[in-house]
Amino acid sequence: MNELTELYQEIILDHNKRPRNYRGIDKATHSAEGHNPLCGDEISVSLRLNGDQIEDISFQGEGCAISKASASLMTTLIKGKSLQSAKEKSSVIKQMLTSSEEPDDSLEELGDIIALSGVRRFPVRIKCATLAWHTFEAALNGKKETTTE
Amino acid sequence: MSTEITKASVSTVQSSGFNVERIRRDFPILDLQIGDHPLVYLDNAATTQKPKVLIDSLNKFYSEQNANIHRGVYFLSEKATDAYEKSRIRIANFINASNAREIIFLRGTTEAINLVAQSFGYRFFQKDDEVIISILEHHANIVPWQIICELTGAKLKVIPMDDRGVLDLEVYEKMLSDRTRMVAITHISNAIGTINPVKEMIEKAHQWDVPVLIDGAQSVPHFPIDVSALDCDFFVFSGHKIFGPTGVGVLYGKEKWLREMPPYQGGGEMIRTVTMEKSTFKDIPDKFEAGTPDISGVIGLSVAIDYFESLGIEAIQAHENDLLNYGTKALEQVGGLKIMGNATDKSNVLSFVLTDIHPHDIGTFLDSEGIAVRTGHHCAQPLMKRLGVSATARASLCLYNTREEIDKLTVNLLKIKNFFS
Repeated sequence: MNELTELYQEIILDHNKRPRNYRGIDKATHSAEGHNPLCGDEISVSLRLNGDQIEDISFQGEGCAISKASASLMTTLIKGKSLQSAKEKSSVIKQMLTSSEEPDDSLEELGDIIALSGVRRFPVRIKCATLAWHTFEAALNGKKETTTE
Repeated sequence: MSTEITKASVSTVQSSGFNVERIRRDFPILDLQIGDHPLVYLDNAATTQKPKVLIDSLNKFYSEQNANIHRGVYFLSEKATDAYEKSRIRIANFINASNAREIIFLRGTTEAINLVAQSFGYRFFQKDDEVIISILEHHANIVPWQIICELTGAKLKVIPMDDRGVLDLEVYEKMLSDRTRMVAITHISNAIGTINPVKEMIEKAHQWDVPVLIDGAQSVPHFPIDVSALDCDFFVFSGHKIFGPTGVGVLYGKEKWLREMPPYQGGGEMIRTVTMEKSTFKDIPDKFEAGTPDISGVIGLSVAIDYFESLGIEAIQAHENDLLNYGTKALEQVGGLKIMGNATDKSNVLSFVLTDIHPHDIGTFLDSEGIAVRTGHHCAQPLMKRLGVSATARASLCLYNTREEIDKLTVNLLKIKNFFS
């Protein structure tokens, strides 16, 4: 059960059960649908950009514990941040989720989302964890839809 | 009441002499440990494991018999050709086709349906013609028809089902008309196990002179198949779901259709003469077997079928029915678990959702206990939508599974519920 409890850490289980920012958004400036064709999971991410700041971000949809927790953690991490900072975080976290290396200490400042790093040992589940981030980037880039293909 | 039923099934199994422990020893992979746990393989609707006789046959072919078939004038090629063509006769006998010419070897069910859709559709479909399929179909019996409909202007009609997963035959009867050019129906739903009344459905279609294709991918490993008695026009199945190798499958087609249908692929083996201006094609079945086929796979398939039949189809069915009944009762005792598909006529599939736990999380958890189940949409997204779910977890049983394996599944589903609560 070791790898399993590393995958499903308390933080993950908590965000799965009580997803944060799981709702719609008033006056969203950007939104996109993300789709994982492997499992049929779908999430939508919406955000409101005010100048350079991501004033609000939310998600909705169906997914497994990993994809839901990842989306939830993403919204808590990005809300209120500058566009530049959010983009940097997105890139660092996607790298963390797909890397064969253990996450190094410099990632600790990212906080709870480090809990997702256990997914690296479950190759078939990595896309569950990256779906929210791909969808977030699609929204920023003005794409309406994205997939994890 | 439930105990009595259980006892009755056990005695049937015992009296038939079906010894599951002995049968398990025929499958080397069933001894495998996954981490610290013995493998519990419950993904038989996706593919079945292979008996040692098949593995040996593949080994023997490549060690002692390998050569390309047809046209070789040397010893090995003649032997390989002979074995390949004997396999065709073996398969014809297995499904009771009237002639071995009606057996075409392909890569699998998917390729077989694509062949019929493309070749039959190209020859016979016109604008506003209709093709009838059902909501229970695997993507392999949906998408090929969509593609040919798009090309020819024909339309796809879909037979609906009720909440148990049973097709609405009244609607089906009303759909049939002089516009219908093909009915393509699965024998058994891969996702929820419904057994369709195909004989009755074929009769109804024939009243309108409409040919019927039966997708037998899920029925062949569990039922005696008699294409002559069914009177189906096409019957397709995959070798790997009946203990044979991957990469080989069968298209049975009535000779009268196969002769009228144009080739699906061109190439070697399927031609009579080729000039730069024009080519002429061989007779069936060669017309539909362009290129070098999966020779060892075709020979292996008949070895697998010999093995399957040697166990006795009635004994296999008695054992599998016992497992399905036992598994259904066991899973129903897990609170919050809902079995999808409750048709009275149902095969060896237990598809379920468990409270709001996503099937992928169930699958990962079960895997950590050595239990292999499939999770997701099972290549049946329209059916999932009809059921109101995005995915299910599916345990699919076959002749080497045991009640103990179902117990392991049940115990772990209870653990999963606690874990995610």
